[in-house]
Amino acid sequence: MIRTLLAAVLALTLASGLARAEAVGDILDTNKALVEHASRLTIGPVIDKLAASGDPRAETLLKAWGDKLLGLRKSDGAFVLLKRKGAAYQLTQPDGTDVGMAKRSDINILRPNAGVRRLIDGALVEFQLSSPDLKTRTEALSIIDHHPEAGQLKPLEASLKAETDPALRARKERLLRLLTIRFGENSAKRIAAINSFGADTGLDLRGTLNPLLDTHRIIAKAGEKPKGNIDRPLIPGKTITTEAAYDLLVARGEAPARQTPTARRQALEAHIEGGKVGGIPLAQLSDPEARDRAYAALEKAGQVPRAATTREVRAAVAAHDYWVVYAEADPAMTTAAKAALAKIAVKVDAMQALDLLLEALSLASIYFLAAIGLALTFGVMGVINMAHGEFIMMGAYTGYVVQQIIPNYTLSLIVALPLAFAVTFAAGVAMERLVVRHLYKRPLETLLATFGVSIALQQLAKNIFGTQARPLTSPDWLDGAWVLNDVVSISYIRIAIFVLGLVFLCLFLWVMKRTRLGLELRAVTQNPGMAASMGINPDRINMLAFGLGSGIAGSAGVALGLYAKVTSELGQDYIVQSFMTVVVGGVGNIWGTLAGAALIGSLQKGIEWLNPSNTLAAQTYMILFIILFIQVRPRGIIALKGRAAGD
Amino acid sequence: MDFLRKNPSVLWFLAILAVFTLAVTLMAPGTGSGAISTSFVKTLGKTLCLAMVALAMDLVWGYAGILSLGHMAFFAIGGYMIGMWQMYARTEEIVITSLAQSPIPPTATEIHQGIASQIFGVVGSSHMPEIWYFAHSLPAQLALVVLVPALLALVFGWLAFRSRVAGVYLSILTQAMTLALALWLFQNDSGLRGNNGLSGLQNIPGLGKVAQETLSVWFFWASALALALAYLLLAWVVSGKFGSVIRAIRDDEQRVRFLGYPVEGFKLFVFALTAVIAGIGGALYYPQAGIINPAELAPIASIYLAVWVAIGGRGRLYGAVMGAVIVSLLSSWFTGGRVPDVPLGFATIHWVDWWQVLLGLAFVLVTLFAPRGLGGLVDLVTGLHPPRRHGAALGPDSGSLQEREAQE
Repeated sequence: MIRTLLAAVLALTLASGLARAEAVGDILDTNKALVEHASRLTIGPVIDKLAASGDPRAETLLKAWGDKLLGLRKSDGAFVLLKRKGAAYQLTQPDGTDVGMAKRSDINILRPNAGVRRLIDGALVEFQLSSPDLKTRTEALSIIDHHPEAGQLKPLEASLKAETDPALRARKERLLRLLTIRFGENSAKRIAAINSFGADTGLDLRGTLNPLLDTHRIIAKAGEKPKGNIDRPLIPGKTITTEAAYDLLVARGEAPARQTPTARRQALEAHIEGGKVGGIPLAQLSDPEARDRAYAALEKAGQVPRAATTREVRAAVAAHDYWVVYAEADPAMTTAAKAALAKIAVKVDAMQALDLLLEALSLASIYFLAAIGLALTFGVMGVINMAHGEFIMMGAYTGYVVQQIIPNYTLSLIVALPLAFAVTFAAGVAMERLVVRHLYKRPLETLLATFGVSIALQQLAKNIFGTQARPLTSPDWLDGAWVLNDVVSISYIRIAIFVLGLVFLCLFLWVMKRTRLGLELRAVTQNPGMAASMGINPDRINMLAFGLGSGIAGSAGVALGLYAKVTSELGQDYIVQSFMTVVVGGVGNIWGTLAGAALIGSLQKGIEWLNPSNTLAAQTYMILFIILFIQVRPRGIIALKGRAAGD
Repeated sequence: MDFLRKNPSVLWFLAILAVFTLAVTLMAPGTGSGAISTSFVKTLGKTLCLAMVALAMDLVWGYAGILSLGHMAFFAIGGYMIGMWQMYARTEEIVITSLAQSPIPPTATEIHQGIASQIFGVVGSSHMPEIWYFAHSLPAQLALVVLVPALLALVFGWLAFRSRVAGVYLSILTQAMTLALALWLFQNDSGLRGNNGLSGLQNIPGLGKVAQETLSVWFFWASALALALAYLLLAWVVSGKFGSVIRAIRDDEQRVRFLGYPVEGFKLFVFALTAVIAGIGGALYYPQAGIINPAELAPIASIYLAVWVAIGGRGRLYGAVMGAVIVSLLSSWFTGGRVPDVPLGFATIHWVDWWQVLLGLAFVLVTLFAPRGLGGLVDLVTGLHPPRRHGAALGPDSGSLQEREAQE
């Protein structure tokens, strides 16, 4: 009795176990044809059934299928899971029973296409969400991120409680709310989910909200209000062009197409009879009105298809009303989405302003870096040096050469900065001794002579390094960008340029205010005769100051070379802007140069923001602005006053 | 006659130009023996146009002391203005010919649209911009050749001179103006075909049947005539009281102002007049060059103009012409690759690569040691020796050129 009872219990357990185990196999067998020739359009229910079967083998099976490791044995047509063993495969039945080895030729491997595989991955997500492996869970989340579906909502919610990793848990919560916005049961839940985000600037949220506001245009009889969630009416001639409205009618097949001038012309050409079309002589057809009459005549004779005339178009358009209607049926949803997007837009605008400010700051520091050497030679000494740009270029090429010798980018940068300073310092001193010294009394001619040096140096660089751009590679720690959020980010190299600009500013101030050289330099520029009688050698001071200005240009060249490519025209690109910076800021004052760089940098970025497609136009307008600015403040933003101003 | 007696250089100049023109005419393939090629006739014609803009530069810089780095912009504007008509009219001819093949005569709109899409297809547009409004009319565009540079110079000059921007600052400001104009033209939606520029300008609308070798001589004559007229005009302008005033402005602007002269007015007139001459020069130059694009008015072009005038000798009109002709011809000779390379044993000097270096250094040397440029050679011939001043200035302004006063 007990034995029979035990046997019965055992049988029952086995049976129920078997019943469950057979489930996936059964499902496969009953839908054999569908599975064998799986298509994205028809396979969905089968995959759902497999996923919902509750069979613990379902995950393994789906995974094998997706990985092209599910096949049909040719001998009996049974489904088998495959495992590669050398040249052959080890076969397992869907329930996990081992059924021995088989050759490749004995099996029909199922190869689901990309669409089907995506469905399989989607079904697998729910298993992966609760997987003990952190990586699998992360992957599952990114699948949901990219291909959100209604079916993921429940498993995601279920997996949330058991999630142990705090970062992943936060991500799951966020995804759950996003999924709720898309697929939530009722509007109340969805709206609550929308409102829970507030003014979140994430791209994923905007990507979820925007489709809610998808609209399409519909046509209704004049005076009738269409059903559906209406956004706004379209008034022909005001919010929609008459042509566009008519094209809507044509698309609905409610009106004949308008004719293009080319089509009309071809129709007329096809019906030339004895030098006339529709009774009108060819010679008159250079007049559009005559063409109209000719076509009308042909139309009347039934020789050409009827085409809408302008008047017919107008009448047809007037007989209908045009509306923009949301695809989303619930007005409460669209209102909530609109409000949320408006809130986000305000925040994004603020972020963009911040980003713009950072970019302007970075551009300003580039201009400042390019101009700081000039602030000394042109600003303080009053010597115009057109070869300044070529000193920048020289510094950049020095950096390039150093990188060829020292392969370590960090080390080479550390070596290049002072070396570039030394090289251009020497070049500056040489130029001052040989050329500029003789022309202190003839400033316009300094411009010309230094320009001669500039074209010679530029061509020399071309002859030595070739015309193609040379790379100056930044070290790894300068790659990448400092990302604040989806809107605000700034590359490290720009931060480095900003820092370098600050360093040079401090160096300049220190030299001018705290050293003997600076004191003597200020004395010489204010009154060379008096300075000379105080025992200062103006010749030596001028030489050193010119060298210092050139040296700073050279070091700046290394930084600018990192930011842009090194070519022989590198300096030329900056020279006009550099002079502008000094002139706008006010000659003779480093703070003026700083202010000038800030003004020019932010102005250019501001104009670019107004017209983002066109940086060339931005530069044009900026230069025009500067020309006008000089009208208002001819001596620059920070003008020297009194004795120091000279004349 | 009095004018010619006081300025013997004018007659000399005109005589040399006439002989040169005659010689080229006799050697040109279109009208003479064909000893020189058509392209060389064009090069010579272009050089005469450059000499013309150098004259303008000399007036504004050598005489009035305004180192303008924007006159090549006016030159290019002149070229653009004439180029617009040429391009429009020539495209019109082509469009009408192609539309005439269809049996139905084209409407005016069809022709207009055909032209627009032909010209602007290259910048992805088929719409005729507003600035081409006058392009169909030769007289209107010829008027614009004069008016646009004049207007631009007047506005810019008025703004700059009014706020007493002078010296180096003015140079930088004019350079900025040139750069702004070039950058604006580089855009595709500026309405002047962006960096493609205007091309096919060597074909003159309505003169399709005339061979290029004949056309080149015609343009050469026109350039020579324009140069002669410009020379006469400028020689007359600088020889009278007006010339004295602008030289005085160059040497001491403040003193002239205190003497009661409207300095700004004089400067503005000189600036605009020279802009017009530059514009006319450009209008003659670019039909010979065949193509114009925004690179032509890069700031560097204007600086080269200053280089020519400086090498030729500022403050004398024939000096500017000498500088422009000699430097630009040398330049095209060296960069043309026809100069034999110089082997140095360890390296070979390819003049195509080294010409710019040579030019730059020559320029430095001329500025340092021969501020009177090539024109100074004429002084040597005529036996004029300025006193050795050992660097001491005669006048009050340390930046001024005072050799003239020293002679007289």
